Amino acid sequence: MTNALLEPRAVGAETRPLLRISGLEVAYDGVPVTHDVGFEMAPGEVVALVGESGSGKTTTAQAVIGLLPPNGEITRGEIRLNGEEVSRWSPRRFDSIRGSVVSLIPQDPGASLNPVLTIGAQVSEVFRLHGRRDRAGIRAEVLALLERVGLSQPELRFRQYPHELSGGMKQRVLIAMALALKPALVIADEPTSALDVTVQKRILDLIDELRAENGTAVLLVTHDLAVAADRADRIVVMRGGRIQEQGPARELLAAPKEAYTRRLLADAPSLSAPALARPGRLGGETAIEVRGLVQNFPTDRGGSFRAVSNVSFSVARGSTHALVGESGSGKTTTARAVVGLRRPDGGKILVNGQDPAALRGEELRQFRRRIQLVYQNPFASLDPRQSLRAAVEEPLLNFEPLAKAERERRVHEVFARVQLAPELLERRPAALSGGQRQRAAIARALVLKPSILVLDEAVSALDVTVQAQILRLLDELQRDLGLTYLFVSHDLAVVRAISDTVSVLQGGEIRESGPVAQVFEAPQTEYARQLIAAIPGRLRRG
Amino acid sequence: MTDILRSFPSAASARLAPPRFGWSRRPPLGLLLAWAVLLVAAAWAVAPEIFTSQSGVVGIPSEKLQAPSAAHWLGTDELGRDLLARIIHGARYSLSGAFLAVGVGLVFGAAIGLTAGSVGGRVEAILMRIVDVMLAIPSLLLALSLIIILGFGHAQAAIAVGVTSIASFARLVRSEVVTVRRSDYVEAAFGSGGRFLQVIWRHVLPNSLTTVLAYAALQLGWAILQISTLGFLGYGAPPPTPEWGLLIAEGRKYMMAAWWLTAFPGLVVILVVLAANRVGRAAERATR
Repeated sequence: MTNALLEPRAVGAETRPLLRISGLEVAYDGVPVTHDVGFEMAPGEVVALVGESGSGKTTTAQAVIGLLPPNGEITRGEIRLNGEEVSRWSPRRFDSIRGSVVSLIPQDPGASLNPVLTIGAQVSEVFRLHGRRDRAGIRAEVLALLERVGLSQPELRFRQYPHELSGGMKQRVLIAMALALKPALVIADEPTSALDVTVQKRILDLIDELRAENGTAVLLVTHDLAVAADRADRIVVMRGGRIQEQGPARELLAAPKEAYTRRLLADAPSLSAPALARPGRLGGETAIEVRGLVQNFPTDRGGSFRAVSNVSFSVARGSTHALVGESGSGKTTTARAVVGLRRPDGGKILVNGQDPAALRGEELRQFRRRIQLVYQNPFASLDPRQSLRAAVEEPLLNFEPLAKAERERRVHEVFARVQLAPELLERRPAALSGGQRQRAAIARALVLKPSILVLDEAVSALDVTVQAQILRLLDELQRDLGLTYLFVSHDLAVVRAISDTVSVLQGGEIRESGPVAQVFEAPQTEYARQLIAAIPGRLRRG
Repeated sequence: MTDILRSFPSAASARLAPPRFGWSRRPPLGLLLAWAVLLVAAAWAVAPEIFTSQSGVVGIPSEKLQAPSAAHWLGTDELGRDLLARIIHGARYSLSGAFLAVGVGLVFGAAIGLTAGSVGGRVEAILMRIVDVMLAIPSLLLALSLIIILGFGHAQAAIAVGVTSIASFARLVRSEVVTVRRSDYVEAAFGSGGRFLQVIWRHVLPNSLTTVLAYAALQLGWAILQISTLGFLGYGAPPPTPEWGLLIAEGRKYMMAAWWLTAFPGLVVILVVLAANRVGRAAERATR
């Protein structure tokens, strides 16, 4: 059995598919959410399940591994693992194959490890659950595994707790756990969405390598068509619980048959052609000027940590400047200083000629009329108890004693501006999709007619299609209203699509800056080259 | 050819997953019963005349210390007063007292917690140390001392019980406020030009109160118990008020001759407190 698992490709031409799903219908509380889903996977094959949130891709993957939430139920169809129908199995029976035949690499490495157990204990548990008892043998295997997934100093990691590891390291541990028993099929549910681009690339490379080594088939669930394009043999495109299109990756990407697939392709920032020509935006007056900015954070031990050191850039009015970097690079800290939410520990910031650090009380309040911040997470940046009308109206109430009718008109106007239907005005954020919430957050920022918007990862939490819509909206707004954007992002593909100039940050310092075309086409520094090489979709771009 | 599934139990032994019921849609029976108990108690407090035609204060001396019977369902006391009538009339005192106590705790606790959590710094340190001191004093001792200062009486007892719960309310409110205060939407509200008090009133207060109100529901049961305790010790409403704790205390003297005088009021207190706790827990869980 073990040998066959190691070399399923050698099994021969007559092998039946490893996984065969047909006519699958899953219902939550009796309401079906997937309809007639069917596809096959050969041993050792990588199949990407692509779709927006709510398309049913995660539900399908959960059904395969028997981990549907308590209110979910397979109502129709069958799932065959190596010929055996498993869709009606009891949870206990599923336990016997989870880990050994099918295993899961979960989405959020932060929440998927037990914080009170050491890494060693958690990886060892996989072996113990499946009946291994020799402690020394397990320990040796775990150490080998940790080393195999590219963790340095496995002996140290074995003793460490999850909070001592970075996100990328935690994801490696989870991969080690998923591959510990050399399963025939690994389900990777958005394995890299929570990670930085360079880490993302290393993790995906690792999954690729381990697959080549063990012959494990991988079902890659992702919203990012670019990732699918790079890594998958075949792609299954889902939408609204149905399969839209499926086929070999190369063919499907070269000649998509369905309109929806074409739209996904066009919307993926890293796959579509580099941005809209943006001439004549540079060279006017300066809207934001940052000189030698320094930001320190106090640490637990009474010392201080320098998050930003000597950062300088300037942004011309009506243009977009991007701050790019991985987490911890100081990009968000810089943006918050520009908005006046943090006082700099050194250096100077001038926004429309004013220094926010020198402002107090009422002056600071007036300053905020001209510069607005849009947050990364639209689920957290809108008050859950406020209707959209109240949220968008609030800034007006703060600044302008307008008559009710005039205020009403302004709210409707800005709602139309961000392309939200007026019916949504009375809704609360919980009744909206992520894209609608982000539009509402942008509407709230725009209602005061500011001249500068600071966008802190404003599209990172959104699906590619919604992301593309918001980017188009931002572009339109900039052209119509002459807005200046400071665009903070870890996603270089998005940055290339929307920015005029860019600063690449690492460890709180600017590594490289200049016009987007120059930085992307001819990066001068090693770090910028690495970042650009890590953008998914490069295989297809050629 | 190796079949990787061969080592598993054969399909014949496969059991179907147990059918699932929609628990989430139907409230559990216990919760419904708890609501029923609370509604009956509330109805007693609002309109006792509907439930009993007999007086809760004036007795018939010839019918004293009678065991439960058809005429007096729960028996009579040493002055010939109907016990059921006294319990029904007493609901008004015990429940209004509980609401008053929780109200005092909620309002003052929320004020302290909100101030501490939103202002921060030295103000927070001072306020929370005062709260710590309050928590260090046994609540019954604190209540008794307050009654001695405020004077004896039904309302005084309720206020004293309320004051002892200010500290725990203040702590809860502060922790909620601190969480909400750090959220993006509060920062965004300041960013769009909100003034301090406006933002606190519009965003911080309503969003911190959800959990606190659930806790208040939970405190109701505790307050009924505390007020009954004070009544039992003789620090609550003066006789002949039919307050539940006082009923138990008065019945104690006749424990051997007339068990019903302590048993039934005690049972009612237990039922109402249990029901209030059950409903409070459900409310708390619903806000998570």
